[in-house]
Amino acid sequence: MIQSQDQNPKPASVDWLTLVIYYVFVIIGLFCIYASIYKEDHPLIYDTGMNYGKQLIWIGLSSFIGLLILLVDEKFFYAFAYALYGIAIGLLIAVLIMGTAVKGSNSWIEIAGFRLQPAEFAKFATALALAKFLGGFNTKFSDRKVQLISAGFILLPMAIILMQNETGTALVFGAFIFMLYREGLPGYFLFIGFMIALMGVLALIFPPLYLIIVISVLAASMLLFIRRNRQNILIIAAVAIFFIGFVSSVNYIFENVMQAHQKSRINVLLGKEVDMKGAGYNVQQSKIAIGSGGLIGKGFLQGTQNKFRFVPEQSTDFIFCTIGEEFGFVGSVTFIILYLLLLWRVLFLAERQRYKFNRIYGYCVASILFFHFTINIGMTLGLLPVIGIPLPFFSYGGSSLLSFTILLFIFIRLDANRINELKGSFE
Amino acid sequence: MDSSVKRTILFLIFCAVAIVFIIRLVFLQLLDDSYLRSAQNNVLQEKTIYPARGLVYDRTEELLVYNDAIYDLMVTPDQVKNLDTNAFCKVLNISKEDFTARFAKIKRSKGYAPFRESVFEKQLTIPMYAAFQEKLFDFTGFSVEVRTDRKYKHSNAAHIMGYIGEVTDRDIEKSDGYYRLGDYIGISGIEKSYEKDLRGINGVKYILVDSKSRTQGRYKGGEFDTPAVAGKNITLSISQQLQQLGEDLLKNKIGSVVAIEPETGELLALVSSPTYDPNLFIGRDRGNHYMELLRDPSKPLFNRPLAAPYPPGSIFKVLMSLVGQQESVLNPATSYACHRGYLFVGCHAHSSPLQLRGAIAVSCNAYFCQVYRSIVNNPRYNHVEDAYNIFYKDIASFGLGHKLGVDMYGEGSGFLPPATYYDKVYGRYRWQALTTISLGIGQGELGITPLQMANATAAVANRGYYVTPHIVKSIDGKPNPNPEYNQKHWTTVDTSFFPVVVEGMHDVVEHGTAYIARIPGIEICGKTGTAQNPHGKDHSIFFAFAPKDHPKIAIAVVIENAGFGATWAAPIASLMMEQYLTGKHDTRKALLERMLNGNLTKKNDSIARPKP
Repeated sequence: MIQSQDQNPKPASVDWLTLVIYYVFVIIGLFCIYASIYKEDHPLIYDTGMNYGKQLIWIGLSSFIGLLILLVDEKFFYAFAYALYGIAIGLLIAVLIMGTAVKGSNSWIEIAGFRLQPAEFAKFATALALAKFLGGFNTKFSDRKVQLISAGFILLPMAIILMQNETGTALVFGAFIFMLYREGLPGYFLFIGFMIALMGVLALIFPPLYLIIVISVLAASMLLFIRRNRQNILIIAAVAIFFIGFVSSVNYIFENVMQAHQKSRINVLLGKEVDMKGAGYNVQQSKIAIGSGGLIGKGFLQGTQNKFRFVPEQSTDFIFCTIGEEFGFVGSVTFIILYLLLLWRVLFLAERQRYKFNRIYGYCVASILFFHFTINIGMTLGLLPVIGIPLPFFSYGGSSLLSFTILLFIFIRLDANRINELKGSFE
Repeated sequence: MDSSVKRTILFLIFCAVAIVFIIRLVFLQLLDDSYLRSAQNNVLQEKTIYPARGLVYDRTEELLVYNDAIYDLMVTPDQVKNLDTNAFCKVLNISKEDFTARFAKIKRSKGYAPFRESVFEKQLTIPMYAAFQEKLFDFTGFSVEVRTDRKYKHSNAAHIMGYIGEVTDRDIEKSDGYYRLGDYIGISGIEKSYEKDLRGINGVKYILVDSKSRTQGRYKGGEFDTPAVAGKNITLSISQQLQQLGEDLLKNKIGSVVAIEPETGELLALVSSPTYDPNLFIGRDRGNHYMELLRDPSKPLFNRPLAAPYPPGSIFKVLMSLVGQQESVLNPATSYACHRGYLFVGCHAHSSPLQLRGAIAVSCNAYFCQVYRSIVNNPRYNHVEDAYNIFYKDIASFGLGHKLGVDMYGEGSGFLPPATYYDKVYGRYRWQALTTISLGIGQGELGITPLQMANATAAVANRGYYVTPHIVKSIDGKPNPNPEYNQKHWTTVDTSFFPVVVEGMHDVVEHGTAYIARIPGIEICGKTGTAQNPHGKDHSIFFAFAPKDHPKIAIAVVIENAGFGATWAAPIASLMMEQYLTGKHDTRKALLERMLNGNLTKKNDSIARPKP
C-alpha cells in the first residue's frame, strides 16, 4: 500500500450526513433525558448532579474522542484491531472478577464517580477484530476453519458477558450474523435464525406437542411437492428433527436455565402473567405514555406520565417513551425514519469501500445499531420482552454513548480515507 | 448473488422492522381508546388498602385486643395548590414555622415521592377530624386516611401484648418494599413475634385521577387491583383471669409469675411486675408515655419472666435429686447426716440423718452438698471436669442455660456455668467439687429465668419431658404451626427416677417448708427457694405443679428481695393454682388479703402506675 502524503482526512471527505444525523440524535436524546426528569424546581439545563448534566459532559467527552478518532491515522485501527480486542476481553474478565454490581448485574467498573461498562466497548473491539480477520487477503468465508474462528471471535465476549448477567448486551453480539450474511453466510442461516426465534416463542405459548405435530405435517407436505430423492428427504428429516428437539427443549431451558426475572418478563409479554409491579408495570406504563401521546404529542416537557415518573428507567432504556408521549405519532415516525436513514447511509458507505476491512466494519456498525434499535423500541412498544439494552445515542449513560460514538466515528474515519485511497493506493 | 443485492435485502429487513413499529404506533397512538383517555391528562395513582390487624383472644376465646379507627392526615405534595396556609394551620392548631418544618421533614424521609401520599399529621383527634372533613375541599392535596390502632379490653398483660408503632427506616429497608413510611409494625410482644400473621396483606387499588387529583374511576375496571387480606386472629394460651390475678398479687412487688400447662407447654400466665397499662401505648401520646416508662427506675418495660436471671436457690435441689439418681450416685435410700450445715454452707434445724425424700421435704443443704460432691467426684470419670460436663448436660436437658425458644422476643438464656468457665476462673484442673459446692444448693454463678424455672417444673410434672413454652395456642383456629411447640423434649433423666422426687415435693407442701401453700383437696408438689443475692434481701422463690397425678399447671414465682420462699412466693403460687384448677381464689380470705396488700417496694407509697 502506497501512502499519500496527506495522512489526515480533509474535512470535505468526512461524511457530513452521518455526522449531522449523529448530532441530531445526541441532542434530541439530551432533551429527552432532560424531559424525563424535568421538574419545575430544576429549570437549569446544566446541573452536573442531574442525569442530563452528566449526559452533557458525556456528549462533550464523546465529541472530543470522536474528533481524536478522526485525527488518528486510519491504519491504527487495522493495526491495533486484535490488540483492542484483547484489551476488551481482558477488561471483561477483570470486571467479572472485581466489578461493581448494579441492579443484579456484575458488569461495571467505577472510575472517579462515573461507572463504565466494558461490555459496551467490547462491541466495537469485536467488530474491528472480525473485520481484520475476515478482511485478510486470502481469507474466504466459505472455508470451514474461517467460519469457526469467526464464531469464536463472537462467542468469546458473548460468553463472558453472559456470565456478568448482562443477557441483553450478550445478545447484541448475535447481530453480527447480518454482517456474516453480507460476507457469504448462506441466506438460509438468517431464515433458520428467524425460525429458531419464532419456534422458541411459539413453544412458550403453545404446548410443544402441537408444534411437533405441525412441524411433522409441514415436513411431510413439503415432501409431496419437491423431488423425493434421498438427499432432499434426509435434509428435510434432519431439519424437522432439529426443530422437534428444539421446541421440546425450550420449555426445559425456560424453566431451569432462565432466571426468575427473565421468565417473568417473557411471561408478561406472552400474556401468561399479569404483573403490575415488575416487568409488566414498566411495559404497561411505557405503553400508556406512548399511547397518550396521540398524533402530535403533548409538547416538550408537557408529558404527564413523565412528570409523575410512572415509567421506570425512563432516561435509560425507556427513553423512546418520552419521544412517543411528548412528540406523538408524528415525532415517533420521524424518529424511526431518521434512524432508517442512518442505517441506510452506513450500509451505503460500507458498500462503496474498497478495503474489505472497512466494508466489514461498516456492516458490523449497521448490524449493531439495527439490533439495538429493534430490541429497544420493540421492548418499549410491548412487542419484545424487557431486555435492558440502550437506544444508541439517545439513552442516558456514559458507557453507552461513548461506545456508540467510538463505533460510529471509527467508521466515519475509515470512510473518510476513501478519497486518499483513490489517490494513491492499490489493493 | 450480487453483493449490492444482499445490501438491499438487509435494508429491507430493517425496513420491515420499522414498518412493524409504525403499525404498532398507529394502534397505540391513533386507534386505541384507553390510551386516548389517558391523553386527557389522566394519571394512574396507586393506593394502598390497609387490612384490619388480627384480633387477639385468650385461651377461653375471650377477646383481649381489637382495633379502633384512627385518622391520619395525608398530603400529596405535588397536588397541593393555592393552600390557605393560615386557615390550614388554624384547623390543625400548629404554627406556620411548624408547617414549613413538617414539609421539610416529609421531603427528607425515605421513600418520599412528591406524587405519593405522605403522613402530615398522625392520629387526628375526633374534633380535629370533624373540622377537617368540612374544609378538606379547600385543602387540595390533603386527605384523611383511616387506619386502625389497637385497643385493649383489659389493662393487663402489657408485656405479652407488646405494642405496635411506626416503622423505622430500617424496617422499611428490610421489608423489601412492603412497608411505607407511616405504616405500623409490631414492636414488642406478640405484636412483633406474630407480625406477619397479624398484619394481613396490604391491598392495592389503582385509580385514575385527573390533573386536579379528582378521581376519574378505576384503572381498567380494577383488573389489577388486589384486595387487602385481613390479619389472622390469634388465640393466646394465656388465661385472662389467671393473668389478672397474677398481676394483682404482684402489685407493689417486684417479680415474676410463669404458669405453664405441662402437657402442652402452653403458657397460662406470664406476669412481670412492675408492669404498665397497654393502653398507654396507643394514641397520640404513645411517645411521651414510652419515655416516662423508660425513665422509671423500677424498669416496668423490662420483661422479667423471660429475661431476668436469678440464682434458683433450693428449688435446684429437685434437679440435683434427679441428676444424682441418673448418674447412679444417689438412690432413694441414700442418707446423709446434717450437722447444721456442710463446711461453710449452713443449714437449719431438722431431724438427721435423712433419706432423699425427707431431705427434699426439709430442704437440707448438707444433703445436697453431698449429692453435688458425689456427682462431680464420681469415680467413674477420670477427671472432675468430665463428671462436671455430664452434670452440665443433664441439667441443661431441663432447659437451663440456654434460650428455650418461646415465641416472644427478649428471651434471656440465663447462666449455667460450663466447665470452661471454672477453668478460666480457677485454672484448668484447679477446681473440684468443693470449689463449686454452692452450685449444689442452687447458689453461686447460676442464673435461671422464671420461664426456665417454670419449664423445669413442667418437665418434673411430666416425669421427664417438656414442650417448649409458647404463648400462642392457635392462629385462625389452627394450632400453632411451629413444630417445635408440638414436640416432647426429653430430659436425660430416666422416668423411673421421678416418683421419689415428686413424693418429696408433695411432702414439701403437705408438711414441709411450703405448708402454707397447701390447698385442701388438691395434691400440690412444690419446692421453696430462698436465693441469696448481692442486691439485698433474699429472693423469695417457689415452683410447683398440681395435681400430683396428671398435672394441669406448673408454676414458678419469683419475688425479688422478699425473704423466704415460703413467705411470699409459695402463697402466691398457691392462690394462682387454686384459681386455675377450681376457678376460685377467695377460699382463704386472710391469705389472699395479705398477699394482695403486701407492699415490698422500698418506698411505702406504691409505685405509681401511670394511668392513660
